[in-house]
Amino acid sequence: MTAAVLDHDSAHAHEEHHTSLPVNSRKLAIWTFIGSECMFFASLITTFVIYRDSHAKGPGPKDVFGVPLVTAGTAVLLFSSFFVVMALNGAQQGNRKKLLTWLTLTVLCGMFFVGMQVYEFTHFVHEGMGYTTNLFASSFFTLTGFHGTHVAIGTLWLGTLLKDAYKGRIPPTKAVNLEIAALYWHFVDVVWIIIFPVVYLMSLGR
Amino acid sequence: MATTILEPAHAAAYAKRSVLVEWLTTVDHKKVGILYGASAFVFFLIGGLEAEIIRLQLMKPDNHLVSPEFYNQLFTMHGTSMIFLAVMPISAMFFNFFVPLLIGARDVAFPRLNAMSLWVFILGGLFINFSFLLGAAPNGGWFGYAPLSSRQFSTGVNMDFWMLGLQILGIASLAAGVNFFTTILNMRAPGMTLMRMPMFAWSVLVTQVLVLLSFPVITVALILLTADRTFGSSFFSYTTAGGDPMLWQHLFWVFGHPEVYILILPAFGIVSEILPVFSRKPLFGYSAMVFSMAFIAFLGFGVWSHHMFATGMGPLADSFFSLATMLIAIPTGVKIFNWIGTIWGGSLQFKTPLYFALGFIAMFIIGGLSGVMHAVQPADLQQTDTYFVVAHFHYVLFGGSIFSLTAGAYYWWPKMFGKMLDEGLGKLHFWLMLIGFNLTFFPMHLSGLLGMPRRIYTYPAGLGLDGLNMASTIGALILAAGFLVFIYNVIRAWRSDAQAPADPWGGATLEWSIPSPPQEWNFAVEPVVAEKDVLWAMKRAAGVRTLPEPARVSGKGIHLPSPSWWPLLTASGILAFMVGILVKGPVTHGFPFGLVSVAGVLLTALSIFKWSYEPVDHPTTHTPH
Repeated sequence: MTAAVLDHDSAHAHEEHHTSLPVNSRKLAIWTFIGSECMFFASLITTFVIYRDSHAKGPGPKDVFGVPLVTAGTAVLLFSSFFVVMALNGAQQGNRKKLLTWLTLTVLCGMFFVGMQVYEFTHFVHEGMGYTTNLFASSFFTLTGFHGTHVAIGTLWLGTLLKDAYKGRIPPTKAVNLEIAALYWHFVDVVWIIIFPVVYLMSLGR
Repeated sequence: MATTILEPAHAAAYAKRSVLVEWLTTVDHKKVGILYGASAFVFFLIGGLEAEIIRLQLMKPDNHLVSPEFYNQLFTMHGTSMIFLAVMPISAMFFNFFVPLLIGARDVAFPRLNAMSLWVFILGGLFINFSFLLGAAPNGGWFGYAPLSSRQFSTGVNMDFWMLGLQILGIASLAAGVNFFTTILNMRAPGMTLMRMPMFAWSVLVTQVLVLLSFPVITVALILLTADRTFGSSFFSYTTAGGDPMLWQHLFWVFGHPEVYILILPAFGIVSEILPVFSRKPLFGYSAMVFSMAFIAFLGFGVWSHHMFATGMGPLADSFFSLATMLIAIPTGVKIFNWIGTIWGGSLQFKTPLYFALGFIAMFIIGGLSGVMHAVQPADLQQTDTYFVVAHFHYVLFGGSIFSLTAGAYYWWPKMFGKMLDEGLGKLHFWLMLIGFNLTFFPMHLSGLLGMPRRIYTYPAGLGLDGLNMASTIGALILAAGFLVFIYNVIRAWRSDAQAPADPWGGATLEWSIPSPPQEWNFAVEPVVAEKDVLWAMKRAAGVRTLPEPARVSGKGIHLPSPSWWPLLTASGILAFMVGILVKGPVTHGFPFGLVSVAGVLLTALSIFKWSYEPVDHPTTHTPH
């Protein structure tokens, strides 16, 4: 029967399979998801902007924000986007050493950023800024907390891919596995590029 | 993606799975669709029962059939159920079953994600309704206005069930959104260009854009509400440090207005499939239909504050939202004229689906007209929170969505189950529904203009409301009778031995080219599409009115995705996470219920991990559990 060769199960099983648009289905799906996430962070950022001056009780931005540490975290996150591009390049070339080196660096950057945020949150609580101290604090912790959760999930995701790469499970034909994780990683990065000035710099400049 | 080849040995392994395991682990879009429809219909009956109790309570003045507290639970759960547990998932049943068939695909892009969406929906629906067993169903309205929904004014677990239940359901919608958006864009058969797609596929595509962009907003609103209720912040309450209840209303309606188009656009799509087939004419103004739908969706994000005219936003905002809202009448009018253009001069086949589709047009026009009245801000101030609004949104949601979904059920039933529903009973259902619907909801325009407020459990005699309310209650009972006829019709068809033909209506689209019900792989040979209304084109080319009945074939060698337990387990983890937060709310000490949440997160993480590593092309992995 001719139908036997018309393999149905979609782009993600066989990357060379026919798709209506010239893009892998999983890549299209992650782009779709990212579009949706934009509205998620837009809503959280808007909430923060509305409440950033609501700190009549307890500490405000000028009392707690330490720019050097966060700048370092920002820089590390930005570099990690470059690192993951190098790792992807290595995966596409079939260059195992390049893939492993840069992907390891990316995962370390993610871990550093999450660690930075854990330290920062602990520090703020010590300064007397708990989650419910004032609305500035609540909206700050909610926004950056959800961003941090995204970074943590991304780090975990890239970590499992690092394990795959180590076991040689990411040949060039499966580089798209890393590519979609990288797309998500860039997105999380871009959100931080908005959060850093809006939350830290602009709150201090007011 | 795990795939398997149906070699005879594996086919035998498939057959050995028990029916229960088969359905629990299914990734077949048609089975997922049927499960969506069946569970949503049960929730629809529960929501309908709530409505009947509401109507019996309001039947006469100073009635005490139910307590005010229970009445609050009834109207809250009626609204929540009908929107999130009935109309959306019944639409999702049609997305699941028919989108792949309409675009000529063998499955959706992500079969397991699809199954996860289903299980998350079912567990979420059970979660919200479980509250009735505790006597603590949600009681603050389906829109959960702050500060009424804050812990200060709502001390029980009622609104916790609501906010966490909606959060669960949102995950189901977003997963389905990603899946169907990708499926429609990427899984079309060769030659099925976007502008050759059946209109229902277009309506689903546009609906998913609305879902993807609006649901994250209510996700955030519900997160902030959870923070308020469970973790002690004050985003939406005035009590400390300047929280603002208006933020809730804005976030809610930025989601809520696109949501009403999420409820109506699939209905537009279904009617746009039915009218051409039963008029024996192609859809009038195809591209105008596509662009007007996209325009409605676009405008849908710019009109949310017309739900908030009574909050006093000032003349500038009021004017903007008034004008933007009126603008929506233009693309909507385009669609109505195109439907009329489709039936105009057609050779009308008066079958049940056409009855309901025509009923849809008439009822939706009435609802649309009262909608334009709400867009006029000074008039809206008179109508806000009265039964006039209740009349309006029932004309668009019941007269619109439910009429169309019922039309779709009669139209596609033979394809889904291989049985024909009875025409006589179908028409009886239609007339009971049309009469019952209008008798229920038309008098509400009048009681509303006379000043009867919404969400009040009783009213005194002598205000001129007695007769109108009695009429509404009688109408509601007639409506219920209509649906009993439908259920009887379904049971009759179920028991009948007569097999429905592949193409009972003379259809124009690909689903009618394959056997009823379709085989697991949908298309034995992948279709190739050269123009719109592809099946009519094939019939023309063959010079026949009906193509010969397609043969059922052996699926040997066709790749099908393996069944999987992980979607159900992922969904269970999400449920456990929410249960932990629910119980943490009122019980802050004692047993560490946070552990339930942690266990849920771990289960979900583990399931997603195992899911990702389910082997590709490993035909032995699907041995029955």
